[in-house]
Amino acid sequence: MSERGLKRGIVMEANRLFSMLIGGTIGPVMILVTAIIMIWYAGAVYLNSSFLIDRYEKNNIEWTFSELASDSWSMERPVLPSPHQIAKELKKTIWDKKITSPRSLVYHSGVTLSSSMVGFLMGTFLGIVLSVGIVYVAALDRTLMPWIIASQTIPILAIAPMVVVVLGSMGIIGLVPKATISTYLCFFPVVVGMVKGLRSPSIILVDLMNSYSASKAEVFWKLRLPASIPYLFASLKVAIALSVVGAIVAELPAGAQGGLGARLLSGSYYGQTNLIWAALITASVISATLVTIVGRMERAVNNRMGLQI
Amino acid sequence: MAKSSSSKISESSTIDINDLFLTFETQSEPVHALSDINLKVDAGDFVSLIGPSGCGKTTLLRVIADLEKPTSGSITIEGKSAHQARLDKLYGYVFQTPALLPWRNIESNIHLPLEMSGYSKSEQKKLSQEYLSLVSLSGFEKKYPWQLSGGMQQRVSIARALSFNPDMLLMDEPFGALDEITRDRLNEELLRLWEKTQKTVVFVTHSIPEAVFLSTKIVVMSARPGKIIDVIETNFPKDRNLDIRESKEFLKVSQLVREGLKEGHSDGS
Repeated sequence: MSERGLKRGIVMEANRLFSMLIGGTIGPVMILVTAIIMIWYAGAVYLNSSFLIDRYEKNNIEWTFSELASDSWSMERPVLPSPHQIAKELKKTIWDKKITSPRSLVYHSGVTLSSSMVGFLMGTFLGIVLSVGIVYVAALDRTLMPWIIASQTIPILAIAPMVVVVLGSMGIIGLVPKATISTYLCFFPVVVGMVKGLRSPSIILVDLMNSYSASKAEVFWKLRLPASIPYLFASLKVAIALSVVGAIVAELPAGAQGGLGARLLSGSYYGQTNLIWAALITASVISATLVTIVGRMERAVNNRMGLQI
Repeated sequence: MAKSSSSKISESSTIDINDLFLTFETQSEPVHALSDINLKVDAGDFVSLIGPSGCGKTTLLRVIADLEKPTSGSITIEGKSAHQARLDKLYGYVFQTPALLPWRNIESNIHLPLEMSGYSKSEQKKLSQEYLSLVSLSGFEKKYPWQLSGGMQQRVSIARALSFNPDMLLMDEPFGALDEITRDRLNEELLRLWEKTQKTVVFVTHSIPEAVFLSTKIVVMSARPGKIIDVIETNFPKDRNLDIRESKEFLKVSQLVREGLKEGHSDGS
């Protein structure tokens, strides 16, 4: 092969690699993740350095930047833990501990997940029922909607402890109060989406149903409900992420025994930032997984309804 | 299947409208959509309502379909009130747009009215096959509406309106949104369908050639207030095709309609 041919070959190969890197989804995502991790490490050095430098100076220790960096990435209670510390904590609390152990994040995730799922189902049900009422009963349309909107202007952090305490005084503890908070957050996007969805059929389609002298029930089941399905799924994606937030927030007050919220709380009591971050990352992975599952269900339903290729 | 035409002829008129007025109350001032409408349609007629936009031709069709209530006057359909006629599913309505449900495939869209009339699953299947072949769309049963062209979708909508074998077909500018070539073909197809099924058709249009080509009776309307100016009867052979549009007779009737419309216009202004 001539030298020129070799050169051209190398250039082509480089081009191919480059287009592979930025052409698909994996390439760009990898680049972004790498960038975030690098910024994270830099941030850990920046945020942890003042404490370390103080200590160096107090003890008259000579230090270099590389020593500072390695120290700030291996502190026991850093302001910002580095990614590998969190990974270690995750491994310790997810793989190394038994699922039944109160130190296992799997156990705590299970606690949070069960109350958020119950809350999600109740919230979805409540949201659908309310939206049907609003669409079909004119009086509800005028009276209910302002209250529903007002309910969401109250900070959840303010109302969650009250609900937990009030229900607790009635002897209701454990899963139900937490699920109630999730319900409180979940029903709202479902109401808003479903009201819009149930009202989405065009006048012509409603006239078509009238021309067949369709009953109200037939218009609902054959026209309004199927037409609202895309709106429902958009709402469910928001609601399912909120349900996890609701469950965690509900675990923060009242010193719940289990759940990711309880882990966050005990982490902040004892300044165990590694623990807090591990719980946060677990919570976001759970939420992302749930949203993905809803997305998959949406695609499956759309396919069945012929709404996509 | 199709009811024999003789049983229909025994009744005096299929549609009988007397002194009908319809006024829409709006915030600024009442709009007189229909004024002093008198119209008789016989069984098996193909009646076109033609006029400028805003003349109330669609409103009149909606009154016949009981989708709009008249302010005063009477309307009977086969001797019944319009409301009863709707409950008895005496008509199939074809809208300006195909109005197909996007989540149902073609076959299932045709099943929609059949489901609500209590046909069994096997009857639904049989009828959708039959009427899809009538509009030359056999083989498209499992397709979804978005996979069909506008003209094909409108043919599905016609098949759907015919599927439960109503006596009347009410059509509101069904081909208005289609290109002229498709429209011509569908006009011929509709004429053939009408001849085959012997339905009474009321057809809203603003195209003079379309009205003259299709109709046995052309009702010319004018705007503000919407009223009937003239009713022109035609007498073309039933098995006519588009070539007839070159004939002297066709041009004469077209001229009559055009003059009627002009007259209405000068009346209105």
